Amino acid sequence: MVALEIEQLSKDFATGFWRPRPYRALDALSLRIETNEVFGFLGPNGAGKTTTLKLLTQLIYPTSGRISILGRPPGDLEVRRRIGYLPEAPYFYDYLTAEELLAYFGGLFGLRGAACRARVGDLLDRVGIGGERRLPLRKYSKGMLQRVGLAQAILNEPDIVFLDEPMSGLDPLGRRDVRALILELRDRGCTIFFSSHILSDAEALCSRVGIIVGGQLVTAGALSEILAFDVSGWEIVMAELDPAVLPDFQARIRRATRISAGRYAIEAPSETEPDRLVADLRARGARFLSANPLRSTLEDFFVQQVAARRAQPPAGRLMPEG
Amino acid sequence: MVRVIGLVAYHVFKESVRDKVLYNLVLFAVLMIGASYLLGQLTAGQDVKIIKDLGLAASSMFGLFIAVFIGVGLVWKEVDRRSVHNLLVKPIRRHQFIIGKFLGLAVTLLVNLAVMAIALYAVLALMAWREPSLVKASVDAPVLDPRLLIAFGLLYVQLLVVTSVALCFSTFSSPLLSAALTAGLYVVGHFNADLAHFENVVASPAAAWLAKAMYYLLPNLAPFDVKLAVVHGQPIAAGFVALTAGYGVLYMAAMITLASLIFARRDFK
Repeated sequence: MVALEIEQLSKDFATGFWRPRPYRALDALSLRIETNEVFGFLGPNGAGKTTTLKLLTQLIYPTSGRISILGRPPGDLEVRRRIGYLPEAPYFYDYLTAEELLAYFGGLFGLRGAACRARVGDLLDRVGIGGERRLPLRKYSKGMLQRVGLAQAILNEPDIVFLDEPMSGLDPLGRRDVRALILELRDRGCTIFFSSHILSDAEALCSRVGIIVGGQLVTAGALSEILAFDVSGWEIVMAELDPAVLPDFQARIRRATRISAGRYAIEAPSETEPDRLVADLRARGARFLSANPLRSTLEDFFVQQVAARRAQPPAGRLMPEG
Repeated sequence: MVRVIGLVAYHVFKESVRDKVLYNLVLFAVLMIGASYLLGQLTAGQDVKIIKDLGLAASSMFGLFIAVFIGVGLVWKEVDRRSVHNLLVKPIRRHQFIIGKFLGLAVTLLVNLAVMAIALYAVLALMAWREPSLVKASVDAPVLDPRLLIAFGLLYVQLLVVTSVALCFSTFSSPLLSAALTAGLYVVGHFNADLAHFENVVASPAAAWLAKAMYYLLPNLAPFDVKLAVVHGQPIAAGFVALTAGYGVLYMAAMITLASLIFARRDFK
């Protein structure tokens, strides 16, 4: 079942005061997200990720194109009841406490009384806000605000959540918590659409990713399709290695990088049998430390795609007049 | 729908309480008590009139400060700080947000004016109790004149008109500019009646037409000010009060509709 469908979505912003010219922030984006998918929307800063999320939540209106969320237009109140949204670097009413803020938002979803209080209490426990929940939000750190932001995004037990850079501002423990939360939501049947420029998060969480550069979708698909998971080579680390012996191994290794005196990281192609190479190096007096397979990562792919797109002449930025 | 608007309004009021807006009431009380004490020393007979005049003028001034300075930030602050991004993705329509914001400030102003009215009556009662001869001396109007409430009521409607103007500016302009424009309209609004008969003083039909257009467009705030009539015990017709209040309600409805239309079309970048 389709949870979210985007067709030829474009957004122009006017730039300049006296002679405003349209600046295309998003160019003909088309995407289909199935129910219960975890979709990672990736791109460098300024690529159009936040613009897309704001269009999906109707904080801004599209210049052209169509959005359908759960089969309805994005401004529909029924859609609003069934979605959750965490903006980038969220700001909340700082005169309220975390409890009061969530009770306010709960009220907008029709929650009230004891049921509302219980839900708010559970959620704050879930995102790790303890005794601080009775402090005004102006006293919260960035990471704590991000946690409150996550809590308000899932307050209504949404069918789809849109998360804009959910890991930003969080320490390693916080990131681990958010990853666990996203997977828990997925297990509950929720569809998750999140933007990020932190690729390890996407790699750990997503069933599919889309990469956007300069307002245009470069590629979208399952990670297994995008990335070759085959081993492309080996990295072997040896100690007490005499550099004089390296030329003898020239045919079997790609390169050797000196880490410190006698310690080398040796990169070998996939045809090389790593155990035999290690045995031969040991026979020449070196000591084995570690061996790891080399795989193409999302980061390699991302860097390659962004570089390829940027090498092209700029398309779809400042639009021609008329 | 009513519940959603009520929630927004309740939180505007809550914010004004937590931001210590109601502290101005303490200042008002100090001013009233201080003035009554000083006037008691200086004059005889006229002090009741002066206290009434001062009480109404101070209520008007404090109310105006609240209406303008909170009004111009009502929407702008939310957009500027981006708190609106969390709120508007919830099941709430943009015009409900605007109406809720207006009603929240309306409640804040109502509480303010109610407390000020009570304080003014308390000071007057104290003066009458301390100096029973005052009751005889104040021939124009009784010391505890119930018609003071008419003055407070019309003042409240006037402040709501000012709030609706400030709110409307707040949907598209920065607080500083909005405050300047609202204050400007407040001043112009007191001289608005002069524009209605501008054709008697200018020859150009275009200028007269423009003046007429301005007369209908700008708020006419002078009729809301019945301070002098109340203080001097002059009659105020019920029809006049109803018509003035009705005009105020229509004007603020138009302003809130305009604010909602502007806000509904905005992109929140």
